[in-house]
Amino acid sequence: MTENTADTAPDLDRLRAGAPPRNHDARTIAALTANPGCARRGVLDAAGVDKDAVARHLGFGTPFGQSQFALARGNAFEAQVKADGCAELLTLLRDRLGLAVAEVFYDDLAVEDGESREARHARTRRLLARALDSAEGTLFDHPMLRLDIAGHPAYLEPDVIAFQLGGRFHVVEIKSFAVVDGQAEPEQVAAAARQAAVYVLALRRLVAELGHDPARVAHEIFLVCPEDFSNRPSATPVDVRPQLAVLERQLARLTRVRDILADLPPDLSFALDEGLGDAVRAVGARYAPECVSGCEMAYFCRDEARACGATGVLGRGVRDDLGGVDTVGAALALARGTAEPPAELAETAALLRTAARLRREALGGAA
Amino acid sequence: MSVLSALARLEAVDAGRARPLATVRHCHLADAPLLMVPLRLAGEAAAPLAVLLGTDRADPALLVVPQPRNRDLRFAFAAELAKVVLEHVEASRGAAEPLGPGRDGEERVRYTGAPQILVPNGGGAAFLRLLGRSTRFRRTEGPHAVEAAVPALGRWLTWFAERRDRPGSSLLLALTDALRLHWATGQSALEDANLAALLGWIDPPAGLDGPAAAARAEDPLRCPPAGPATDPTFDNEVLAPAIAAWDASGGDPRAEARLRAALESQLVPTWDAAWHAVDLLRALPPGASVADRWERDRDAFTLFHAGFAEGVPQARRDSAVAAARRLHRLERAQEEYDARRAFDDPLVMAEYRLTGQAFAGTVAESDPTRLDESGKRPKLRPRVRIATPDPVRLEPGATVCSADRPALKGRIVESGAGDVLVELTGGLGRKLVPEPGAVPAEGDRVCFTSVVPGSFGPARFPESADTPWTHGGPPAEYVPTDSDAAEEWS
Ligand code: SF4
Repeated sequence: MTENTADTAPDLDRLRAGAPPRNHDARTIAALTANPGCARRGVLDAAGVDKDAVARHLGFGTPFGQSQFALARGNAFEAQVKADGCAELLTLLRDRLGLAVAEVFYDDLAVEDGESREARHARTRRLLARALDSAEGTLFDHPMLRLDIAGHPAYLEPDVIAFQLGGRFHVVEIKSFAVVDGQAEPEQVAAAARQAAVYVLALRRLVAELGHDPARVAHEIFLVCPEDFSNRPSATPVDVRPQLAVLERQLARLTRVRDILADLPPDLSFALDEGLGDAVRAVGARYAPECVSGCEMAYFCRDEARACGATGVLGRGVRDDLGGVDTVGAALALARGTAEPPAELAETAALLRTAARLRREALGGAA
Repeated sequence: MSVLSALARLEAVDAGRARPLATVRHCHLADAPLLMVPLRLAGEAAAPLAVLLGTDRADPALLVVPQPRNRDLRFAFAAELAKVVLEHVEASRGAAEPLGPGRDGEERVRYTGAPQILVPNGGGAAFLRLLGRSTRFRRTEGPHAVEAAVPALGRWLTWFAERRDRPGSSLLLALTDALRLHWATGQSALEDANLAALLGWIDPPAGLDGPAAAARAEDPLRCPPAGPATDPTFDNEVLAPAIAAWDASGGDPRAEARLRAALESQLVPTWDAAWHAVDLLRALPPGASVADRWERDRDAFTLFHAGFAEGVPQARRDSAVAAARRLHRLERAQEEYDARRAFDDPLVMAEYRLTGQAFAGTVAESDPTRLDESGKRPKLRPRVRIATPDPVRLEPGATVCSADRPALKGRIVESGAGDVLVELTGGLGRKLVPEPGAVPAEGDRVCFTSVVPGSFGPARFPESADTPWTHGGPPAEYVPTDSDAAEEWS
């Protein structure tokens, strides 16, 4: 660990006011890469604060529920693909992708009675070391991986398979959304790629720790999804290099949270008490509409951003169109000519004034 | 997005209500459109759960799949849905009006009507496309046989979905899209995708302002989602037990009635909201070119309807040349659509005025009888000088036409701060003196633009057989296969 995190670690623990750090999983780690410019999120995540509990306490809970039908479908598909030592998966990799998968060892690393996460991780590590030395065909199911998030180890239990072929590991991610005529919903593919990148990174770090070249974990992952309207699995290779780059950058940022903390009140804490709202507001946010699908704090931050008239709540496009003018009031004042623009906004102001005049004319002076 | 629409959003925030983005209606609304509110089973690509549909707002029909995982029940649902859609197609087409012989000498006709389908949002339209995709390859005989109406439904839904890609087509409309074309809210585009929230900004219920009405619309308990995705809490607490009870009862009608009632409770609020949206749109006067675009829709409908019996194949995916042609057609349609809307609506023309491709002002000087005698024969070339505060970005020589009377054409002679000199070249009559009223007089308000509807050149693409190898070479002709027909739908 770097010195930075050693310094900030006690501060981060204090921020949680004694609550245990929230467990990260690939979904939450992948979510770290959304809105990387937000200090509020950076601090809350680095400290492992339970953002959902915070938002609820503040009266802004988000309904992030999942339908049992979706869960059942996902589980059934995964069970099917993994049945009989991943028989279907192997056939798929052989036939569709033309991979020469010969003899394959299948190791299910799922939890054994009373085993701690640390012990499971150690077992994964042992088996992985052996596989790396032998370079034999191997399928690891339910490996227990670890990734340090701002100095805290986060254990990852992927529903994922690490698959070694010709001395290289590939991550296989099983998802139950359909690929119809070779196309799937782009947001779902993007989310899956972000999650898979987390596994690739965790696996690479482990491989490096074991003294091997991290490049033995391929940046190409296999996405296994139902094909068309059937339960038949299909495999699609996805290059997750862009997601990896964003993820690494963001994780590095989290370890620099100290810089952000330095500017915050020294006794700041996110305890679930009456001071919580002020504590959260003390850390600057950068709300954008996309937050609603990626961050538990979204409704709180939206309310705050709306209350101060931030143009960002209308979307990045609108903000850009307004030449970066931050508040609705300021932009309207420029458009109505009631405020003198600073020199750097002269052009934006002229454009807004013309736009206001054109709207007035077209709407017959009603605007 | 543009500065103009961004400003409209700011005004909406300020006013606590949506602000207009249009002064006329830019889409066609049929007298009796078929409204469909579909729901899909969570976690599945195209497993229908229910649809509330009809042309009469007081009397919707509710179709339900009591066990959405049961293939036979799905196809029974598809057959029922097919009946409604096919009836709507036949009921809407009207008479075949003769158009006289075409270039090939064959008599052409066009139906006086066409079917229109409305859905609450883009998700609903995407779901109909997938439903079409999952039913159109079904065979009506042999193994996996289904009712004849099922593949017919699939082909019609596929056609509707493809027409929706064409800018300006009104055959399949997502109401959120239609509303957003005409109003700007004080929230983001993402939030506008919620029909109830969008309506809350445009026409909030008494006692509420836009933000309050939109906030209420975001609570799934008070305002169930408009589909096709259901509220997860509803799934877990209401739907799952109701389906389990139906299963356990062996299909008992009382259990089915309970299941239907549960689904209806989720659908009715959206049904009402959708008709509310229709009312708001209908209250706007139609733009001048709406009828033209609907005529293109009727052309496409007449063509597809006529070829339906022969079964024009609809491939799973376009070949490279077909895809490029299609893209070109769509781009062309988009340009034409944007331009025509600008001529119909001063608020859309304002977009071009803001970017300097159009300008409006008052005629300061007019020389209506000016002749150009530089050539062999004199030509009538009147000049008008227009005082305008607009930020004109048109170079000398640029051709322009009048927004109010596109036949009146001209050329920019000079353009300086606050003033533009235009030489008129067309739309003046055939003599050496202009028709009375053709040339704008001093003091007239005028608007000129370089935007010309239909200015996009014709497509130049290789014939299918000459597809370059970089694009996969000549495509094999698409023939539906047995495996298409046998495709699982589980
Ligand atoms: S919701 Fe708030 S805390 Fe979360 S990323 Fe957005 S602005 Fe930051």
